[in-house]
Amino acid sequence: MTSGAQPLISNNPHQAWLPMLELATQEVFELMLASHLTKPVTPAPEAAMNITGMVGLAGQLCGVLSIACDEKSAALMASKMLGIELDKVGPEIADALGEVCNMVAGNFKNKIPGLGDGCMLSPPSVITGNDYSIHSMAQTPALEVGFLFENMPIIVSVQVHS
Amino acid sequence: MSIRALIVDDSSVMRKIVDRSLRQAGIEISQTFEAGNGAEALTVLQDNRVDLILCDINMPVMDGLEFIKQLPTVENAKGVPVVMITTEGSEAHVVQALACGARGYIRKPFTADQVKEHVIPILAGKP
Repeated sequence: MTSGAQPLISNNPHQAWLPMLELATQEVFELMLASHLTKPVTPAPEAAMNITGMVGLAGQLCGVLSIACDEKSAALMASKMLGIELDKVGPEIADALGEVCNMVAGNFKNKIPGLGDGCMLSPPSVITGNDYSIHSMAQTPALEVGFLFENMPIIVSVQVHS
Repeated sequence: MSIRALIVDDSSVMRKIVDRSLRQAGIEISQTFEAGNGAEALTVLQDNRVDLILCDINMPVMDGLEFIKQLPTVENAKGVPVVMITTEGSEAHVVQALACGARGYIRKPFTADQVKEHVIPILAGKP
């Protein structure tokens, strides 16, 4: 997976939201997956990400929140959420990643004063494959934060359109 | 006491998590019914009686708020408490859900302890 979104730079008008995005993500993984996310020493290569969950934001904040990872990470998320062995996980992978994305998006917007009521979430979508690109029409750089989930990289990003 | 629960969420993974959280909260469940949206849930209730309904808000076909508005039209659902479990966490959403007839409101992400804290008093008949 490659992304057309530019990474966060210092003049991003929404930079102050980055700690809330980090906290929103960490809370979801700790409460729903009993997993403590850590920060990677080096950025994860985007090419390794072959599954992406996305939730649209509409209203006072328009944009897309996405979580990209590899399929093993997504399967482990499903395994932890369902409380089943990793090798027993089947078609629930996309559902699990979509629901994680949905909860991170909801938790994130609820942490931004005034957005809880004024921003709606779309149902999640999940894209899988080894060779796809996501192109955003947004004018501002993406808020992006990388984590290690059980030592596997995941990237959480918010592309703000308006 | 053993109860029959209806869990309404468009995510099958989330339905299983809610079911597990109820059991972890010490609630004995004799039967769990599942539905992927409000319309499916109404159909389930046409033929089955339950003691508790846990319901998401954002769902396709029929959302959770519309579902609880229509509940009084189903004989089997009269008086059955509904607890919303949703990512929509604003005060306005809580007020709206309670005004529509929900008895409780749990924000995702949640813990089994939060489920216990909200659901046990409702099952015990406390307001």
